[in-house]
Amino acid sequence: MAADGTMAMSPRVETLGGVAEWRRRRTPVNWGPLVVHALLLLCVAVIAFPIYYAFVISTQTLDEVIARPPTLRPSGNMVRNYADAWTRSHMARLLGNSAIVALVSAVGKISISMLSAFAIVYFNFRGKTVAFWMIFVTLMLPVEVRIMSTYEVIGTLGWLNSYAGLTVPLMASATATFLFRQFYLTVPNELVEAAQLDGVGPLRFLWSFLLPLSWANIAALFVVLFIYGWNQYLWPLMITNTETMRVVVIGLGDLIPRTGTHVPEWNVMMAAAMMALLPPVAVILFMQRWFVKGLIESEK
Amino acid sequence: MKRWPGIVSILTATILFSSPAPSMAKTEIHFWHAMGGQLGEAVNELVRQFHQSQSEYEIKPLNKGTYPEVLTGAIAAYRQKNPPHIVQVFDVGTQTMLLSGAIYPISQLMKEQEIAVDWNDFIKPVTGYYSKDGNLYSMPFNSSSPILYYNKDAFKKAGLPDKPPATWKEVGEASKKLLSAGAAKCGFTTSWPSWTMLENTFPWHDQPFATNQNGYTGLDTKLLINGEFGLKHIGQLAQWQKEGVYSYGGRMGQPDPKFINGECAMLVQSSAVIGNFKRTLKFEWGTGQLPHWGAPYKKQNAVVGGATLWVLKGQKASDYRGVAQFMKFIAEPHQQMWWHVTTGYLPITQTAIRNLEAGYHFKKNPEQWTALSQLAAKPTPNSLGIRLGNFVQIREAIEGEMENIFAGKRTAKEGLDDAVAKGNEILKEFAAANKP
Amino acid sequence: MKRAVFKNRWLPYLLVLPQLAVTLAFFFWPAFESLRLSFFRTSPFGDKTVFVGLENFQKLFADADYYQSILNSFVFAFGVTALALGTGLFVAALATQRIRGLAAYRTAVLWPYGIAPPIAGIIFLFIFHPSYGVLPYWLSFVAAYEFNWLLKGWVAMALVIVATAWTHVGYNIAFFLAGLLAIPTSVLEAASVDGAGAIRRFRSIVFPLLSPITFYLLVVNLIFAFFGSFGVIHAVTQGGPGRATEIMVFKVYKDGFIGLNLGSSAAQSVVLMLVVITLTALQFRFVERRVNY
Repeated sequence: MAADGTMAMSPRVETLGGVAEWRRRRTPVNWGPLVVHALLLLCVAVIAFPIYYAFVISTQTLDEVIARPPTLRPSGNMVRNYADAWTRSHMARLLGNSAIVALVSAVGKISISMLSAFAIVYFNFRGKTVAFWMIFVTLMLPVEVRIMSTYEVIGTLGWLNSYAGLTVPLMASATATFLFRQFYLTVPNELVEAAQLDGVGPLRFLWSFLLPLSWANIAALFVVLFIYGWNQYLWPLMITNTETMRVVVIGLGDLIPRTGTHVPEWNVMMAAAMMALLPPVAVILFMQRWFVKGLIESEK
Repeated sequence: MKRWPGIVSILTATILFSSPAPSMAKTEIHFWHAMGGQLGEAVNELVRQFHQSQSEYEIKPLNKGTYPEVLTGAIAAYRQKNPPHIVQVFDVGTQTMLLSGAIYPISQLMKEQEIAVDWNDFIKPVTGYYSKDGNLYSMPFNSSSPILYYNKDAFKKAGLPDKPPATWKEVGEASKKLLSAGAAKCGFTTSWPSWTMLENTFPWHDQPFATNQNGYTGLDTKLLINGEFGLKHIGQLAQWQKEGVYSYGGRMGQPDPKFINGECAMLVQSSAVIGNFKRTLKFEWGTGQLPHWGAPYKKQNAVVGGATLWVLKGQKASDYRGVAQFMKFIAEPHQQMWWHVTTGYLPITQTAIRNLEAGYHFKKNPEQWTALSQLAAKPTPNSLGIRLGNFVQIREAIEGEMENIFAGKRTAKEGLDDAVAKGNEILKEFAAANKP
Repeated sequence: MKRAVFKNRWLPYLLVLPQLAVTLAFFFWPAFESLRLSFFRTSPFGDKTVFVGLENFQKLFADADYYQSILNSFVFAFGVTALALGTGLFVAALATQRIRGLAAYRTAVLWPYGIAPPIAGIIFLFIFHPSYGVLPYWLSFVAAYEFNWLLKGWVAMALVIVATAWTHVGYNIAFFLAGLLAIPTSVLEAASVDGAGAIRRFRSIVFPLLSPITFYLLVVNLIFAFFGSFGVIHAVTQGGPGRATEIMVFKVYKDGFIGLNLGSSAAQSVVLMLVVITLTALQFRFVERRVNY
């Protein structure tokens, strides 16, 4: 590694693949990794505990659920509960609808955002500032706040109880455009100039130059948007009028007796919840590498 | 990789512009309700039975969320000229529906469809709540009344006789005995706090809840719950909360677990949980009527809670025949009896009740009889029902203040006065928005 | 810095068209509709509408509950941000240490981000449940205090803050990881050569280099907690007990959706929109300056 002088003065500084280690000097024992492991395990335990607990509940019978003291070990009622949850809430259809909403809104939003960000960064046109502000003012207002009016708009368009109505309003905020804009601003000027010299037109530039560079960004965005689309509750509840169009988060609501006169079946509900959260979690797990990488790129 | 975007866009376009397949021959009737879990399955079964009885109409039941979500959804759909045929609206939504101009009164519907219904067969507190000018506007669907549940095992442990306390004084005494014997951690708790402790307790004692006959005769209504009776009752509850006799457990059905796991020995809750309790309670339990203060207050009747089915205007004329047939179906004694036995909600026609009696049903299920017995008396102007505009918000304001009282943040007088002030403001707002 | 641009006349318009169309249809149109509604008093079914000018706004600013909801929003937003950011940074810092199983640890802390807020809410509701939850049960061994969130406002607020922060921690961890991994090791090595201990290195090198990300996350977390964190509160406390967890966004929903007071709800939407526009403008002023480092 470094010269002898360095090693002698700080014998415990080591690096591996570009990560610096933080350890106190002078400690003779190698506490460092142990402490870090312990702390990390604690964090993982705390963070994962709610889901673990939900899982335990999803395997118990209702008696075990409400018993005191609460048990923390999985029980044997798992298959019954999951089968119950699957059939009673028509999980297959729900999961399918959620998948459609999540995928379409994610892909759709990424597409239109890429195009607008491209236009804003790489062109000067009249009305650019107006367009810019119009798009970016949408950054923060959640759907719930404008829900009644948005419902009326959807009704007027005739999109009630349709996939279009479920997905398109989710594409209206500018978060993806913002991210793409930030990224495009970091692309070196020389690249653009060289391309222009070669006679490359704007669309070709977007397709062959920018797109390959943006994959990490797109992956990160896809994760965020997929999760956002999958986890929608109030909007799908409002605009779906038939069982066949419901999404999984609402299906969960179906299992809860909301009239306040019947005791909830927590175990079946948790089983359904576990099934509902698997796909988005799977997406994160699967795309985790790109997720983090994409964020590094976009923050430069 | 190059073809991917193309395929995705085609797929996206197809999905975006497709819509659910149109249905075949039968006329569809859309029915939005708030019944989830096992209740939802009971609704589906009821609908299935209707389909077996005829083949022209198909009811499409849909759980649209909680009661408020169902109502708002129906309103939003109505404004878009695309409402469901039937919508289940809870008791507190009655005034909103009555003044809306969007509904098709049940009695009128049946008359125009020439389907005979014996309106006198319905029990009085039910028709009283949902009628205007002697005509029933919505079809009672799931009605219940609040009763007292008590834990017999805990009573035995505390050396109490095996009968439910009938007066509030007895409730207090029993609770104290239970606490000192260690048979329970709290004496009693109440679900649906506003509904049980105010909206029902007032009529039960023949006390007016609000002016204008509880809102029936005018829109310039004001709340009366901070009067002498209200102060007495809520004041006692607040005192008991401090002593551990009473333990506030939240709104709606949230306090139920306290009774279920033995923490509290008594519970005031809707009769609708009877069925569930039968299946889940691990101890011996019994029921009694809603406790009463005794003299000088009369024992009058309780008011129904739950929801009814309203028919909305704006559908094809031919559809209404199917709606009417469904309404007739659910009011028939056989369905009433089935619904009652399956869900625990009350049967609402005298015929159904008589049939159940003949089958010794109430002997086997004395708890249900407890609930019905509270609805037997002929209602007075104070106990016909409560008809307030924006009742949802009012109940919310009341329960918010009750929470302040029980948390010790306000005295009973301050809390009730605040609740009345807020409630009156809400009523004024409603009156202004509904000026004829 | 003068950017290189393309010269087409009409292509840019075509490119922004899809997004503008969606924004116009699903943001501006509903926003104007809300604006319009805020000047009227409407009956729920829409059959009676009365023009009342600024009355809805006047009533709003005279309502103690509205100020309570503003206060709640701030408490909630800062609570969630502090918890989610602090925990995020701590965990990310740990996860960039040189130990085995880094990838596994990272995966294990990132995935809660995928869980729907209503689901998280229900799970936490269960954990905090005064009657069958594990947490009150364990806490009862520690303190005799009854952590009954149904009665005690601050417990309810703590519950929703923890549940909301939990769903968002993964997002922060991911960003912090990215930022920490981007710090050149040469700088850190040089510092330890110079005799700086771990804490000192963190304070004088890592933290300053991390500040652009920290700033970004601070803004995003605050905004999310202030405007977007509807799910947990809706699923768990519905603003209770006694309005203790009623934040502004929830009040809009409650007054409009449940109370059916469309005028007041629209007025609140308008206020929120104005706040959002101001904040966006401010954020861009700051962000623009930052980007040119």
